[in-house]
Amino acid sequence: MGAVTAHAEAHAGHELSFWRKYIFSTDHKIIGIQYAFTSMFMAVIGGLLAMFIRLQLGWPGRTWPILGSLFPGGMPGGEMTPAFYLASVTMHGTIMVFFVLTTLLTGGFGNFLIPLQIGARDMAFPFLNMLSYWLYPPAIIVLLASFFVSGGAAGGGWTAYAPLSALPQAAPGSGLGQTLWLVSLALLIVAFLFGSLNYITTVFHLRARGMSMLRLPLTIWGLFVTAILSLLAFPVLLAAAIMLLFDRLGGTSFFVPAGLIVGSVPVDHAGGNPLLWQHLFWFLGHPEVYVLILPPMGMISDILAANARKPIFGYRFMVASIVSIAGLSFLVWGHHMYTSGMHPLLGTAFMTTTLIIAVPSAIKTFNWLATLWRARIRFTSAMLFALGFISFFVTGGLTGIVLGQPPVDVYFQDTFFVVAHLHFVMASAALFASFAGTYFWFPKMFGRMMSERLGKWHFWFSFVGIYATFFPMHYVGIMGMMRRIYSPALYAHLQGVQPLNVFISIAALGLFAAQFIFLFNFFWSLFRGPKAERDPWRATTLEWQADSPPPHGNWGEHLPVVYRWAYEYSAPDAAEDFVPQTVPSGEPVPAGDGRGHAGRGGETPGGTHGSAHGGG
Amino acid sequence: MASRTLGKLSRETLPAADGDGRRPPVPGDGGGHEPGSEGISPVATARTGLWIFLVAVTMLFIAFTASYLSRRTAPDWGAQIPLPPILWLNTILLLVGSGVLERARRRWRLGDVRTLRRGLLVAAGLGGVFLAGQLAAWRQLALAGVFMRSNPHSAFFYLLTAVHALHLLGGLGAFGYALSRVAGLPVAAGPAVTGGPVSVTAAVEGVGLYWHFLAALWLYVFILLFFL
Repeated sequence: MGAVTAHAEAHAGHELSFWRKYIFSTDHKIIGIQYAFTSMFMAVIGGLLAMFIRLQLGWPGRTWPILGSLFPGGMPGGEMTPAFYLASVTMHGTIMVFFVLTTLLTGGFGNFLIPLQIGARDMAFPFLNMLSYWLYPPAIIVLLASFFVSGGAAGGGWTAYAPLSALPQAAPGSGLGQTLWLVSLALLIVAFLFGSLNYITTVFHLRARGMSMLRLPLTIWGLFVTAILSLLAFPVLLAAAIMLLFDRLGGTSFFVPAGLIVGSVPVDHAGGNPLLWQHLFWFLGHPEVYVLILPPMGMISDILAANARKPIFGYRFMVASIVSIAGLSFLVWGHHMYTSGMHPLLGTAFMTTTLIIAVPSAIKTFNWLATLWRARIRFTSAMLFALGFISFFVTGGLTGIVLGQPPVDVYFQDTFFVVAHLHFVMASAALFASFAGTYFWFPKMFGRMMSERLGKWHFWFSFVGIYATFFPMHYVGIMGMMRRIYSPALYAHLQGVQPLNVFISIAALGLFAAQFIFLFNFFWSLFRGPKAERDPWRATTLEWQADSPPPHGNWGEHLPVVYRWAYEYSAPDAAEDFVPQTVPSGEPVPAGDGRGHAGRGGETPGGTHGSAHGGG
Repeated sequence: MASRTLGKLSRETLPAADGDGRRPPVPGDGGGHEPGSEGISPVATARTGLWIFLVAVTMLFIAFTASYLSRRTAPDWGAQIPLPPILWLNTILLLVGSGVLERARRRWRLGDVRTLRRGLLVAAGLGGVFLAGQLAAWRQLALAGVFMRSNPHSAFFYLLTAVHALHLLGGLGAFGYALSRVAGLPVAAGPAVTGGPVSVTAAVEGVGLYWHFLAALWLYVFILLFFL
């Protein structure tokens, strides 16, 4: 309903005040950039919290006088308290998953790229889009405020398992901190829902002339399917959060079992089911993993094709695997709960669905490799990070097959092996895809180029840093180190792994430091980078046909018209090694040649040629 | 409703799926929009957006339902709370409001602004009375000593009615928006007018869909809580 007025504004208002243009903007590009900057800010906070975790695990019991003066509450005398450690772990996970990667990938890249890549002027509901962004800062304020309330921030883990999260007296962080955590997440969920609603409607209705669904770049497929995923998954977490708030504030017993005693005081709740929280949480939680990995998969596909100068291999299989991964992601949540006393038959069922996900994932991986096969690769910073994504995805994916099997998982559950797995397959992979996307689309976002030299330094430090940090965690986990423990020094069986913990901590500090190369490059290039041309990477998709940066409304007077798929690289008869989607077919292209490049998976140049004739 | 949206999705992808690319490029390819400025119809986008929103609300209530059904199998479930009789009246009011709104919406298609305006006002008023009735039901239960922490069934009763009431407040906001759109229209548009300004049509269609969904959702909650 707001669409009408907002559209009128979007077209008419070229002379806007600073506030309307950059702060309360309805322009999808500004909103995307706002999301990206805010996510970067949160990434620094999430990273700092990770450093706290590593300081404690590497050197338990050591005092850090400087930190002690900075955080007198959490580190009295410079020694970290258990409550502050657990709050750091919880907030690191919460911030990185929800407030950095989800917001950056869907809010940042999604907002910026969807209208540009489908040839639209803006989102379908620009006002709702602005509202979506402006729920994000309040959510951050509520979340960060929880560090300063009595008891500190939530400490029950990013999964907030009940009854730890349901009873204020259960732990220091289970007080007001946990309530604020829930409120903050509820706000953010509403922001995500507004976003998803916009992305789905926009892709449905606002595609440019000729942009059929199977001519969409894979980036859009990734973002579109992700929007559907979050639309279906996040309301379930919202329902769980509301019920948990009822338990905490209204005295109900949805998740608190009967007969519970906390600190030798019987709890005044009766008969709830803590497993219900786990089911509801992971019904969101597992699709959420794919919310973080499907947009990267799409972005990576486009960056690989552009830098390999080859069509993406098996386009249609890529689309199908994105869709099937999304569908399967709703059937695997139980693999997070193998050790919860689940019936073995049910565990077997969840194992089967989990292992089936390996099939579409492998299809994607092999298609990426086939795209690279015998290509003359341009090793730009964006390309390096894209290749790093594949490496992490494979490394983490393989341990996923290990963890997906109940008998093995019983041993590995809640150890650092799981921490290693998720940090490769989800965290590092999604982070590297975000870096790849930033190096790739920065020229379009800001009209300037980032430094390639610094980009490569950033890549090598990060790539080595991530393997050095997370790979040894597999061994630490195999040796039995539990996740979320305050101090390895308290356990006899962990004395042997302490040198490895020190190594991991040093690597993690180096990895964190390396990110300042990126931050410097980003902000320096923002003001001092060389001016970018319209299509610096010689890529085919629509956004490269707009100015850098695109003006308000993106396209000038006429919307672009699409005549071909997004992967016309190195077509044998073309004058250049790429043909943008907007170029009408001129000379006839032999269908056989096109098929030879695209395989069975793509819309062939011959096919698109026919469509252009149909249109003309 | 999920199936309809999905149906829409597959309708859209399937023709392209044969992939021979013989389809002529059509504006937007989205289906369901009239040629307007750049082929984008606010009515169609608003309708799609609203359907998607309702899918999200459906998922919310699916999660509540799953929790309710699994909770009910626990040994301590015990007796259910008595049905406050006023809920029958509330249900009838909400359904009548839905009917009045539907009639107004159809009359609006024939250009009848007066019936539309009256229909919007009556349906919104009935919605307000429904809300007051729900509060009365809460009050009655509280006087009878039934609170949300009394037993599992009462917890679900308060939870579901509260979330539904929030959803209804959103609907009252939508009524306000639609009424503000309709207020500017000349009364005697006459039966020959079909459609009218797109913003009014989008608002009226949107409110209609939202309100029918809300009524159906209430019926569902009512039956789930007391008759299953």
